[in-house]
Amino acid sequence: MRVLRTGRAALLIECDAPTDVPAWYRSLLQRRATGALHADEIVPAAQTVLLDGVTDPARVAAELRTLRITPAAELDPTAAGLVEIPTVYDGPDLDDVARLWHTDRAGVLAVHTGTLFTVAFCGFAPGFAYLTGLPERYHVPRRDSPRPRLAAGTVALAGEFGAVYPNASPGGWQCIGHTEIRLFDLDADPPTLLVPGTRVRFVPQAVR
Amino acid sequence: MTATLEVVRAGVRSTIQDLGRVGLAHLGVPRAGALDAGALRLANRLVGNPEDAAGLEVTLGGCVLRPSKAVTLAVTGAGCAVWVDDRPASWALPVAVPAGAKVRIERATTGLRAYVAVGGGIAVPPVLGSRATDTLSGLGPPQVQDGDVLPLGTPLGPPPGVDLAPYPALPDELTVGIRLGPRDDWFTTEAIETLCTASYAVSTLTDRVGARLIGPPLTRAVTRELPSEGVVLGAVQVPANGQPLIFLADHPTTGGYPVVAVVEPEALGGIAQARPGTALRFRVVDR
Repeated sequence: MRVLRTGRAALLIECDAPTDVPAWYRSLLQRRATGALHADEIVPAAQTVLLDGVTDPARVAAELRTLRITPAAELDPTAAGLVEIPTVYDGPDLDDVARLWHTDRAGVLAVHTGTLFTVAFCGFAPGFAYLTGLPERYHVPRRDSPRPRLAAGTVALAGEFGAVYPNASPGGWQCIGHTEIRLFDLDADPPTLLVPGTRVRFVPQAVR
Repeated sequence: MTATLEVVRAGVRSTIQDLGRVGLAHLGVPRAGALDAGALRLANRLVGNPEDAAGLEVTLGGCVLRPSKAVTLAVTGAGCAVWVDDRPASWALPVAVPAGAKVRIERATTGLRAYVAVGGGIAVPPVLGSRATDTLSGLGPPQVQDGDVLPLGTPLGPPPGVDLAPYPALPDELTVGIRLGPRDDWFTTEAIETLCTASYAVSTLTDRVGARLIGPPLTRAVTRELPSEGVVLGAVQVPANGQPLIFLADHPTTGGYPVVAVVEPEALGGIAQARPGTALRFRVVDR
């Protein structure tokens, strides 16, 4: 683990492995809740956790270097919530993904609904959650050219990640289905269902 | 009846801004808020508002406003002539505007973004704790248009008596303090030397997301792809073309290009006011 200074008031914690990120994230949230850490933002990402709005970054950096965190493997996986996302598998890239996975449409559905995903981090847009958990042999490239508009609720894959587009936006991910569930709601607290650490399972839904 | 502010003419690009949404970056929600936060804070103080009240950010000036009730108003940031009906009024000082009078803010002669605060603040409904328009994600109120009628809040009390509000002049060439890192080790020694000595120019492709710079490209020492990581306000990110860009208030919460340095917070106002073509140099304040 390395702690990198990021401007006057921020620190970037670079984890040894992506699997350490959830453990660091949870540990830092706990420290903030108990008052041991002051930070305006705690932002997990692929291999890092960013602390922003830190009052005394030099002291915090020194503390973090001595901190022992509970390894991800020892964390209680049920401590984070589980969100089920009813999904209709009717995306325009379903056949392309089936070909890449050497299977058919039913095979894509079986793998996708059989995977327990975890929200690794959010980014790109409010409520856009990067979901990890897909075995490496199912990682797929982005499309060669992005689509100008994907509807809210589009269920998609790219690289090692799965995602559900919370709002309509352009996107280069492989679209395999859609959900009617509302992921981003400004009147809810928090406004998104898929906060970092949340476990996610896609549940097949027939077209009504 | 509550007071309103009619936007008779909105200007080229005007948005409602306060000090933004902090604390939601982990959900992918950008901070937004006034790009020249110091100018908005000053405008708010001049009219007796809390510093974080919502006002207008008017790019290049050139707007006309009409309050339904008598209000106190202040214009700061970019240098603009201010008129109340046919009378000249002060810039960066409280201006008493009678009910129904037209406030004309002319095109900016210096700087890029003028801030207009009105006693009581602009009282559109907050979204996730802020009234700021976020041009990246679309959160917050839409861009202000001709004919909009904006609700105003209730003033806390009379505005302060002020005869002079010191405000730094905008320099012709910006010197921007930076701290290297977190990814300065992803660049060659020559690239870091270039960053710290070369003169850059602010590009015309500058917006609320970031100030793009034109100048000698920065060469990477590490060429592998950077996994997405959290970025901060003022981060100097170097995309594939090697031309640095300084992230401003509407920046994405994570990014996949290395951040070579971060701008000191005091320098952000000057960058927000730098017109395309303005020369800019970086100076390392802490290694």
